[in-house]
Amino acid sequence: MTKRQLWLRFIAHLDLPLLLGIGLLMLTSLVVLYSADNASWGRPLSQMLNIAVALTCMWLIANLPLHYLMRTAVPIYLLGMMLLIGVALFGEISHGARRWLNLGVTTIQPSELMKIGVPLMMAWYFEKHEATLTLKNYFVAALLLLMPVALIARQPDLGTALLISASGFYVLFLAGLSWRVMGGLLVAALASAPVLWSMLHDYQRHRILMLFDPSQDALGKGYHTIQATIAVGSGGILGKGYLNGTQTHLDFLPERTTDFIFAVYSEEFGLLGNLILLGLYVLVIGRGFVITANASTYFTRLMAGSITLTFATYAFVNMGMVSGILPVVGVPLPLVSYGGTSMLTLLLGFGMLMSIETHQKLVKT
Amino acid sequence: MAKHVELKNHLREIFYFRLRLAISVGFVLLLLAILLVRFIYLQAVRHDYYQTLAESNRISIVPIVPNRGLILDRNGLVLAHNYSGYTLEITPNKTANLEATINELSALIEITPKDRKRFNKLLAERRNFETLMIRNRLSDEEVARFAAQQYRFPGVEIKARLFRDYPYGAKTAHLIGYIGRINQTDVEQLEENDLAANYRGSDYIGKTGLEQSYESELHGATGMEQVEVDSGGRAVRMLSRTPPSSGNTLVLSIDAKLQEIAEQAFGNYRGALVAIDPNNGEVLAFVSKPGYDPSLFIDGIDTQSWDELNNSPDHPLNNRALRGQYPPGSTVKPFMALAGLYYNTRSPDRTISDPGYFNLPGSSHQYRDWKKDGHGSVDMFKSIVISCDTYYYGLATEMGIDNISSFLSRFGFGKKTGLDLEGETSGLLPSQEWKMKRYQQKWYPGDTVSVGIGQGYNLVTPMQLAYATATLANNGVGYKPHLVREVRSSRSHENRLIENKSAFDLQIAAAHLDLVKRAMAAVTQPGGTAAQAAAGAPYRMAGKTGTAQVVGMKQGEKYDASKLDERHRDHAWFIAFAPADQPRIALVVLAENGGHGGSTAAPIARKVLDYYLLGKVPQPLPDLSDKEVEEHD
Repeated sequence: MTKRQLWLRFIAHLDLPLLLGIGLLMLTSLVVLYSADNASWGRPLSQMLNIAVALTCMWLIANLPLHYLMRTAVPIYLLGMMLLIGVALFGEISHGARRWLNLGVTTIQPSELMKIGVPLMMAWYFEKHEATLTLKNYFVAALLLLMPVALIARQPDLGTALLISASGFYVLFLAGLSWRVMGGLLVAALASAPVLWSMLHDYQRHRILMLFDPSQDALGKGYHTIQATIAVGSGGILGKGYLNGTQTHLDFLPERTTDFIFAVYSEEFGLLGNLILLGLYVLVIGRGFVITANASTYFTRLMAGSITLTFATYAFVNMGMVSGILPVVGVPLPLVSYGGTSMLTLLLGFGMLMSIETHQKLVKT
Repeated sequence: MAKHVELKNHLREIFYFRLRLAISVGFVLLLLAILLVRFIYLQAVRHDYYQTLAESNRISIVPIVPNRGLILDRNGLVLAHNYSGYTLEITPNKTANLEATINELSALIEITPKDRKRFNKLLAERRNFETLMIRNRLSDEEVARFAAQQYRFPGVEIKARLFRDYPYGAKTAHLIGYIGRINQTDVEQLEENDLAANYRGSDYIGKTGLEQSYESELHGATGMEQVEVDSGGRAVRMLSRTPPSSGNTLVLSIDAKLQEIAEQAFGNYRGALVAIDPNNGEVLAFVSKPGYDPSLFIDGIDTQSWDELNNSPDHPLNNRALRGQYPPGSTVKPFMALAGLYYNTRSPDRTISDPGYFNLPGSSHQYRDWKKDGHGSVDMFKSIVISCDTYYYGLATEMGIDNISSFLSRFGFGKKTGLDLEGETSGLLPSQEWKMKRYQQKWYPGDTVSVGIGQGYNLVTPMQLAYATATLANNGVGYKPHLVREVRSSRSHENRLIENKSAFDLQIAAAHLDLVKRAMAAVTQPGGTAAQAAAGAPYRMAGKTGTAQVVGMKQGEKYDASKLDERHRDHAWFIAFAPADQPRIALVVLAENGGHGGSTAAPIARKVLDYYLLGKVPQPLPDLSDKEVEEHD
């Protein structure tokens, strides 16, 4: 085998347009992290490691034929449920919430696994019953979604619970849940809002209230919103220039390498930078939609659509939170925020998208 | 195949799917549009407003650190307080040449090499735009001298700060503990507990002792000021202010005078003393000798002082009263006697004949009494008064280790007392099961023999023994010991009494208690092991001496203190309560390598009791350590 053949085989299952978008976002991540970490290489270097690990996993998944992927749905889902129940019973408490499970060697956060596990399971379920879909099947699928969501909401991790609900809802929507049922659900959700409110933990209510009046807790959580909004707004059209963000470098911005990294970017690169960043996200999301449209089976269509829409949701929720139109929920900016777990989860999803795209191409030819 | 039949259907499904996909695309575009509008609003429309906030007139939220709560003794004497003083601080980011600046400064104000070392340490850990202390406790004259020259030193300023001070210094170091600069571990801990907001601006946090265990009471609530600052970071105008509220004041049950007298009574001995009011569990004195100067730690201890403290053979950083674990020696005998009565193993009037040693049936190994020729005929009362070892070798063997452990644990042996200080150790109450788990060995009868006189595997902390003594003194009714008596709120001026609802009655028969307490009272009478120390006291004092071996003796070898290295000499114990019939105080004295309990530990106890019961302040203590003393244990 020549070098060239080897190379071709290596990239055979990579989707190059998607990879380009992902790569540019990762590059942005490293550039912004360098600034956010006060012009030091600490965070960028360990982010490179995160990226390397995640890319490797993505390549492996992309090379996995689809029927293998489908076969993992049930085991992953069951494992995730077991871990979630484990967390509820024996989990470690941190920041007042029970989210982590200590396995002796390492602590894991099973809700991360479910970000992939839930849509995968639902898509698998719909594929299995494709020929004879009735309302009952949608009901079962909704149950598959609600069980883990309830466990995660109880931890309490409202942000993750809502995001997983969203990714599950996308599957239901794409699977063809009737408009009438959706309308009914919407009405039911609005009606039950007061009940839900009473079930929320104090800090969660606090966070939602803060959205309307961040000055209420100007030293604590509201401080995040106030300072982030100032950072974005003061960035202006062209930004203050790389490494020149005063909000960032005068220590006004909290959590600026993780959840609030967009404020750093926005302050230093301005509206123009934001447009470019949105453009990069459009590239990734758009390619995801193309892959979804091309997908040949029911399972792959649902899976690809859910992955793409979920990615878009993460990006929207994070930027909305930083720019002060959504409450502060702990959602990182996808592919840009510092952190290994979210990078890995995202790239596992992209690996699936690539597998979906490239394996059916081979079938066609 | 089936596919062919459903082909039309399939195409329709694809159509419906693509329709939904198109709706999804529309949804995403809507989200993007919302973001775009928001960005344009913030960055183009309202840019000037935010620009103003961020740049020229930055609104800064300045936390106002609350004053830390005071710590007072039961009579209102101050054990920890704050005083205001001036520090000289440098903002490295605003200073061009640090080294040169510091050199120039040192011409004006004395800057010692220690100050420089500490500054360099802070410099390595600093966050951006933080001001770092180079000198603390400036005199008024130094402040004036610098103020006149300030224009020469951009980025250097004088700040008024509150300093923590511990008037009793080393004497209360193990009790009060100290505060220190907040480090990375503390930050993580605070974030974990969602307290980070309340510590914005705080530089210090309780690290050990009461400063640590009552951190949440002492710290107070941080206030804040919204100020307009110019681009140089100077405050121009105050917009709003939420005042901080000071930390709460702790009023301890400790009597500082008593603590001081106890501390002095130790002379050059290392050791520990814990005194408790048996009627309510209030700790009256809590001494661990030697102490250390807590103020060294507040702004980060320099390496040299740290090495001195850490490598000292006296281990001054070790809280002996709370964490030191020692064999209880003969102080365990009163409790052992109660166990014997409880299990009905020995009736009080049964006498044994003591030949000066004990051996287990079928073994020639001799367990020796401290008195070579034995005590002759010994009943339970006498066994406590003269501390007869042979009596307890036999009693322990008859009861068996598991019975012993189960009874002693009721007095709190082998368990933490629950004192309101962190880091308490639990001692060791051995059992067959414990030995199997720990050493994978079965329990030998010989192990039980040693436990009978408080040697062997069992270990106690002075705190534990004090709790057990107080419980015995109070006729088997125990109170959870505590150091803080009252928390005075700075905000509402209401006082929260730490009450003792946790009384626990061990249900010991009155007749048993009476016998053991009478015997302990006789210990301090002529003929008892602590007669000398108690001679002439106008009150009745009950006690028990003890000696804990540091190194084992071979068969037939005689203990000779003068031949042993000082640090291998026995530890001296004394437990006591007084007045014997109506106890107001129970205490434990441990003098490390002190030799005999009666001659070393008991006189220390006497001084403390004299002060507490009579108000008598002792004369300087004569040096007893080298005097040959007749009596033993």
